[in-house]
Amino acid sequence: MEVEQFFSTVRLLLIVGKGGVGKTSVAATIANVASSTGRSVLIADVDGRHGAAAAFGVTDLSYDEQVLVPGDPAAGRGTVSGRTLTADDALVEYLADHGMGRLARKLASNGVVDVIATATPGIKDLLVLGKVKQLVTEARHDLVILDTPASGHAVTFLRSPRALADSIASGRIRRQADEVMSVLGDHDRCRVVLVTLAEETPVNETIETAFTLEDDVGVALTPIVVNAVLDVPPAVPAGALARLDPAERQAVSVALGLERTRAEAQHEQLARLAAALPLAQIVLPERVGTRLDAVDFAGLAEAFVASLAEIGSAS
Amino acid sequence: MTGSLAELTSTRRVLVTCGAGGVGKTTMAAALGLAAALGGRRVAVVTIDPARRLADALGLDSLANQPQRVDLDTVRNAAADGRRANWWAPIDATSAEATAAASGELWALMLDARATFDDLIRKHAPSTEQAERILANRLYRNISGALSGTQEYMAVEKLHELVTAPRGVDGSPIKPFDCVIVDTPPTRNALDVLAAPERLTRFLDNRVFRAMMAPARRGLRVVGVAAQAALAALGKVVGTEVIGDAVAFFRAFDGMEEGFRERAQESLALLRDDATAWILVTTPRTETVEEAVFFAGALGEMGLHVDAVVANRMQPHIDPLPAIPPTPGPLRTAVMRAHAIDARADAHRRVLVPLRTAVGPTTVFADVPLAPVDVHDLQGLATIAQALCRPA
Repeated sequence: MEVEQFFSTVRLLLIVGKGGVGKTSVAATIANVASSTGRSVLIADVDGRHGAAAAFGVTDLSYDEQVLVPGDPAAGRGTVSGRTLTADDALVEYLADHGMGRLARKLASNGVVDVIATATPGIKDLLVLGKVKQLVTEARHDLVILDTPASGHAVTFLRSPRALADSIASGRIRRQADEVMSVLGDHDRCRVVLVTLAEETPVNETIETAFTLEDDVGVALTPIVVNAVLDVPPAVPAGALARLDPAERQAVSVALGLERTRAEAQHEQLARLAAALPLAQIVLPERVGTRLDAVDFAGLAEAFVASLAEIGSAS
Repeated sequence: MTGSLAELTSTRRVLVTCGAGGVGKTTMAAALGLAAALGGRRVAVVTIDPARRLADALGLDSLANQPQRVDLDTVRNAAADGRRANWWAPIDATSAEATAAASGELWALMLDARATFDDLIRKHAPSTEQAERILANRLYRNISGALSGTQEYMAVEKLHELVTAPRGVDGSPIKPFDCVIVDTPPTRNALDVLAAPERLTRFLDNRVFRAMMAPARRGLRVVGVAAQAALAALGKVVGTEVIGDAVAFFRAFDGMEEGFRERAQESLALLRDDATAWILVTTPRTETVEEAVFFAGALGEMGLHVDAVVANRMQPHIDPLPAIPPTPGPLRTAVMRAHAIDARADAHRRVLVPLRTAVGPTTVFADVPLAPVDVHDLQGLATIAQALCRPA
């Protein structure tokens, strides 16, 4: 699959994955790849963690948008911007925009907003998604990448418009829910990128999430990103280690054996994932320890493009 | 004085495991519980959303919100007949260790935040009718699912219950535990756990809603009118039934705030007690280590200290590591790969350096080596317990 085909008409990518799978670095990598096609990209996080922005060397994001990497039209690179979309801010903004004016801040500080949000589960999620919808519709950026909340909460998050629409018959909140659903259900404009590790528990969760998202939320899925995958070490022919002294031979064969077991277990999980879900896989290599600095980051983007290129060519 | 996890599991009354999502917190909580139980203590482990295989390993097939006893015989027998070398083995059947291991008990439960909250309401309500009125209220029913911090608070509440007045699966009182290990929901911030009791109390004590339902109280009339106006305006935006539910809830809850506040204070005191150890679990990934550093800092600001760091999924060094042979061939290929693996071991240790600096020299560090598969039985848990408690 070509990079251009991956992004195609998509205006909104929702990055979904369990905690610890590297969702944030994948979000940053996709932003990087998208900007290299000349698209201007906005990365937004919903939990105030700004991990993706950190990959671009910016550690402090706010509710106000800021440029992370300026675009370079001559080189065909688009601007990458970042912002947070925290639920509390979205709720206060919504109330302020709907006739509550300055009272909105006060209601937030004295806890009334908390009570309201609790009384209407999903309202904060809906308003965050409402804000995302607004960003997509305004089209000041070619692509919005949303780093969604970790784990099972992502499903609750994306289900919130339907849940609220089911319980509220009319009014502003209902209208908001309907509008958000129409964006999420627009398969040309909006897609979900599932991110997982090639390990049993994350793979189980990913399979479950994929079905839930397609069936209940009605969103389209891109190929799945499988992060931190090991190469299977080359087989060591019998006797190849014979020239090592016994202690060295033992240490090396134990380490390679463990590495092989781990890599094979990962590849079994990849096969299991492929059998359970009719989705192509984008495989990113394990990257050790280092910070997401410029070099490594470029490496991940390259691996992303290379793995994308293999999709379709194999079949 | 620098201790060890063996010491913490044998002396502390409460162990709290915390850290980012996906680092293996729950597994570590269970392994520490096993270590404490095999040291002869009566231990309860509060797990939050354990992976299915871990739940199976602990025999937690049903979602009981009260502790169930875990059968440790398989582990004890394996240790005793030397099938597995554990840190308490080889066990001499007459040794003090063997006696201790034989008398220890491990209990485990899966936290059900909603049921824990229901119990708390029943305990504090002056009458059954009032309790039922609260439990049936729509706002109340949403609290455990939607109000952030509720799950954290209920974990702390459950801890309080297990330390002071635990009950068995059938609801009858059982003997208090020597040691309670609480897993926490994935959090970035220590505040989420420590501030949860306070946050929930403040929520339940909301001044605007209280002013609204008690306009006749002296001095509150003006507040009442202002609050009414604000809520009426809010009702136009979010719907009047939402406001109605909220008002009904606070009316039903009236009079219970004091009891809740006291309970929250006690729970908080328990977390701050010297007999409580904070165990930070991380993996050697930059992102999780950064979160751990942040967490340690937040804990420090509250005058608390990370007692131990568990670094999970660490690549062990290859020792001795042969030099790379000059001539190409299978040996060279294998040894080069070994060097790459060993470099990963170095990188893993380097990634943890900022955390070592952040927590200071008195914090215990324990590595748990990379394993090819997830823990799926008690033996696997025992292997981790061994790695955690081995002397430095």
